[in-house]
Amino acid sequence: MTETMAPLRKTALNAVHRAAKSKMVDFGGWDMPVDCCGLIAEHMAVRTAVGVFDVSHMGDIQLRGPGSLAAVQHLCMNDASKLAVGQAHYSAMLYPNGTFVDDVVVHKLSDNDYLIVINAGTREKDVQWVRRTIGHMPGVHVNDFSDYYTQLAIQGPRAAETLQKLTSTDLSSIKNYWFTWGQVCGLYNVMIARTGYTGEDGFEIYIPSDEPTSARVWGEVLEAGAEFGILACGLGARNTLRLEAGMALYGHEISDTINVLEAGLGRYAKLDKPEFVGRDALLEVQAAGGPGRKLVGLEMIERGIGRDGYAVFSIEGKRLGDITSGSPSPFLKKNIAMAYVPVEYTALDTEVAVEIRGQMVKAKVVPLPFYKRPKKTA
Amino acid sequence: MAYPADYRYTKEHEWIKVDGNIGTIGITDYAQNSLGDIVFVELPKVGDSVEATKSFGSVESVKAVSDLFAPVSGKVTAINEELKDAPEKINADANTTWLLKVELVDAKQVDGLLTAADYEKFTSEETGH
Repeated sequence: MTETMAPLRKTALNAVHRAAKSKMVDFGGWDMPVDCCGLIAEHMAVRTAVGVFDVSHMGDIQLRGPGSLAAVQHLCMNDASKLAVGQAHYSAMLYPNGTFVDDVVVHKLSDNDYLIVINAGTREKDVQWVRRTIGHMPGVHVNDFSDYYTQLAIQGPRAAETLQKLTSTDLSSIKNYWFTWGQVCGLYNVMIARTGYTGEDGFEIYIPSDEPTSARVWGEVLEAGAEFGILACGLGARNTLRLEAGMALYGHEISDTINVLEAGLGRYAKLDKPEFVGRDALLEVQAAGGPGRKLVGLEMIERGIGRDGYAVFSIEGKRLGDITSGSPSPFLKKNIAMAYVPVEYTALDTEVAVEIRGQMVKAKVVPLPFYKRPKKTA
Repeated sequence: MAYPADYRYTKEHEWIKVDGNIGTIGITDYAQNSLGDIVFVELPKVGDSVEATKSFGSVESVKAVSDLFAPVSGKVTAINEELKDAPEKINADANTTWLLKVELVDAKQVDGLLTAADYEKFTSEETGH
C-alpha cells in the first residue's frame, strides 16, 4: 500500500512535550501529547486541582470590518448580536442541511472584530468554508490566525489561583465565557478567556507562538501550579474530561451527517434569527415533529466498556445506533458513553445492550452531562 | 524498559515464562506503557484451551482496548484473580504481574518465539521514527 504521508504538524511546545517524555500521537495530522504522566492522574488533577493543556493546534479565524457581525450571523447558528465586547459563546457553522461544518466558540473582540475558534482536525475545511460562504459579503476580511498563537488551557478548581500568580489582571472580574486582555508572564496584550473544554472552571490564554516564549510560559504555569499539584495534561485526559461533561466532539457526536437538533444542541441554534446557513433545514426538522434520533448518555450496567463505534441494540435485539464516544470515567468510576438512538429509546433508565466483541452487555440511558461541576457556595 | 532474559516474547507484546510444562503469560512493559492506565482485563476460565497466535482475551486501558494473543497452545491451569479488582498492577509491574498459566501442548512452540534481545530490537524498530 502506498500512502503519501504529510509530515505531522507541530505546536511550538513540541520539543517541550518530547523532552518531558509525553506519549505523542498523530491527532488530526498534529503530533500531540496524548498522555503526559498518566491519563487518570491528569484527569483527576483537573477535577480536583489544576491541569494545563497545549491546545495550540486549534484554529483561530478572525472576521474583521464593518460587515463582520453580518458575516458571523450568516455563518454561525447562535445569535452574535447578543454578545458584548469581551464576551464569547458556543456556536456552530452548519451546512444548508443543518449538519455540522464544525462547532466553534465566537469571541467578540470589538464591534468590528470577531474571533472564531475552530477545531484542529477541521481547520483547512473550516477556513475554506468561511471564505466560500462569506468571502463575497461586503465589509469583511477573513484572517486565518491559526499559526500565530500558542494556546494554553489552564483548567480546574485551582486554575484561577494558578494563573493569578502570573498576571496583574484581576481574574475574579472575568465571568464564565468572558475574556479580556492583560499582561501574562511579562507578555503584553495576552487574551485571557474564561473558557475551556473540561467541565471545570478555567482559562484559555493566547500567547505568541514562538518556541522560546511558549516554552517559558508553559514552564511558568507549571511552576505557579506546583503547590496545587498541577499536571501537564494530554489529549487523552481532555477527551475523558469532556466526555464526562457531556460535551460534543467533532467526528464523534457531531459531524456532517448529524444535525443540531439530533445532537441536543438546539438551544444554541437561534431559529428566531432572520437567517443563517442551515436554519431552514432545522425549521423543517422541527416542523416535522423533531428529529427521529437523539444523543443520549449511557452508563454500562454490566461489566464492559462501550467504545466509540460499538453498536447499540434494544433489549429485544433491534439495532438502534452506535456509540459516538465511550470510556471508563476516571472521576465517576463508571463506564460511560454517548450514543445516537431513536427517540422512543431516549427515556431515562431505558435499558439497551451494547455489543462488545460479540457479546451483548447491558447499559441504561442516563442524563447528560454525566458530571456537573459543583456550584460555588461562596 | 526491562525485558527479562529468561522470558520469551510475541510480536503482539505478550511474554511467557516456561517452567517445566507450565507457561506463565503476561503482557510486556512496552505494552502496558503504550496502553496507559489499565482498567479491565478479560481472561478465559480455568480449563479453557488457548491456541497459539489466537486471541484469548483482552486488556483495556482508559483510552483503548487490545486483544491478548496466546504465545503457545495449551490448557488454562490458573488465572490471576487479583486482576479483577486491581488491573492497574499490570502498569505497576508488567514483568511480574502474570495473567494466566497454561499447560503446554507442545513445548517446541516456545522456541519459535522472540528472545528478549529480539523483542527489544523489534519494539525499538516499531517506535523508531
